[in-house]
Amino acid sequence: MSRKNESSVLYDAPGPKTLRNERIVSIVFLTLLAAGAVWLVLWMIDLGLFDDRWAVFTDPPKGQSAEVVWTALGKGLLTTLKAAAIAAPLALALAFVLATLRTSRLKVVSGPAVAVIEFLRGMPVLLMMFFGLLALGLPALWAVVFGLALYNAAIVAEILRAGLVALPRGQFEAGTAIGLTKWQTLRMIQLPQVIRLMLPSLISQFVVLLKDSSLGFIVGYEELLRTMQLNYSFFGDQYRFPLFIVVLAIYLAVNITLSRIAVIVERRLSSKGGGATQLKDAGDGPEVPVQKP
Amino acid sequence: MDAVIDALPRYWSGFTMTLYLWVVAGVLSLIFGTVLAAFRVSPLKSLRVVGTIIVEAGRNTPLTLVFIFFVFILPAVGVILPLGTVPAIIALTCYTSAFVCEAVRSGINSVGVGQAEAARAIGLGSVQTLTNVVLPQALRSVVPPLINVLIALAKNTSVAAGFTVVELTATGRSLARDNPADVIWMLAGVAFFYLLITIPAGILAGYVERKVVFAR
Repeated sequence: MSRKNESSVLYDAPGPKTLRNERIVSIVFLTLLAAGAVWLVLWMIDLGLFDDRWAVFTDPPKGQSAEVVWTALGKGLLTTLKAAAIAAPLALALAFVLATLRTSRLKVVSGPAVAVIEFLRGMPVLLMMFFGLLALGLPALWAVVFGLALYNAAIVAEILRAGLVALPRGQFEAGTAIGLTKWQTLRMIQLPQVIRLMLPSLISQFVVLLKDSSLGFIVGYEELLRTMQLNYSFFGDQYRFPLFIVVLAIYLAVNITLSRIAVIVERRLSSKGGGATQLKDAGDGPEVPVQKP
Repeated sequence: MDAVIDALPRYWSGFTMTLYLWVVAGVLSLIFGTVLAAFRVSPLKSLRVVGTIIVEAGRNTPLTLVFIFFVFILPAVGVILPLGTVPAIIALTCYTSAFVCEAVRSGINSVGVGQAEAARAIGLGSVQTLTNVVLPQALRSVVPPLINVLIALAKNTSVAAGFTVVELTATGRSLARDNPADVIWMLAGVAFFYLLITIPAGILAGYVERKVVFAR
């Protein structure tokens, strides 16, 4: 394996001839790409997307100062983060309860837990938010939190359960051998390790939760996207595009940072690898496909 | 409860709209996602970089923002799309393709390098290696996560409710407004129809997963 890239299963290590061909195809492709980019930019100029509409961030119209726009967007981001920050701990706490019940050996206990988890996992988050809003009469923020917390509780419960399954059985046996009850073993020995083991998945799920908080836009919660919309309805339609680009950049920056943290944590955990938390021998246990709800 | 039965025709039309969005966006995402995955595992670095950028952007943008782009932003710069299902399908496809790509890519990467090396060692050409050795194994590990991506897509079609598409969730919202006394039942009816899609698909995913498990 002279090639270090991860997909070497598909092709052999390139020889000098292949390397030359690759270089040629690469150059052709990049030229095409550059041509496409130039065409796109010209087209955007043609549409007038690079005219003075970007002044909305430096010298906005209607006698407003640039500060007003930026503070509004900052506040929008904070309200988005607020909903996520309230929902995440709630989801985690609820997930503990669900995962504990789910792993119980009593069918009467685990059965309903399975039903609740499967039900919540099969629901769109938006529908749960509408349930909070229309059926429970919650204010918009709490409807958003309600939907996010319940849905993610079910997902996180499954992540925790996968972690519990992946943990070597000896941990539980050792716990009970030194006289701890099952509940104490779970709380003091298993869960702390599971949290560590599953931290990357938990962080990725938090990114999903943060992205879903944007559904607040639909149920009338004034978060970042709604702030963007209020801004362009105030300043005028030609400012839609620049405001959109900035909001997109904010989301990408926040989410990619969080995803990077998840990757770094994962790498650290697997490089340490010591103690009982052996990530690798767990097979495909802890690989919970983190899907977008 | 009677109100739910009275509302059955409306549920049904909402359900068929959800199914329509699901199937069309699902098929398109499978196609584009696979193409993206081919980009990401190609031997050309430039293709890989482009694929990575597209996928990372797609996975880190909220679906609502993608919808806003196609419904509110593009028309404002002069690109008019027909209202209703077209922007919804484009938005869902853009978003889901990134996840399909990741599922396919991880499936291909899960095939051990030794498999391809062994295939080459017994004299198979690159096409034979791919079709007889790598792909049959990759497919097995790709299908269960792909089903999960499609389940997520089925739930994601609900976002279209915020953008003038009357699918299940939007139907539930208007039913809840029309029957203030039976809001919980009305929304429970919507929940039932979603479970009609997601639970069988989930069972299928679990079944396939157990069926294709093999030792590596």
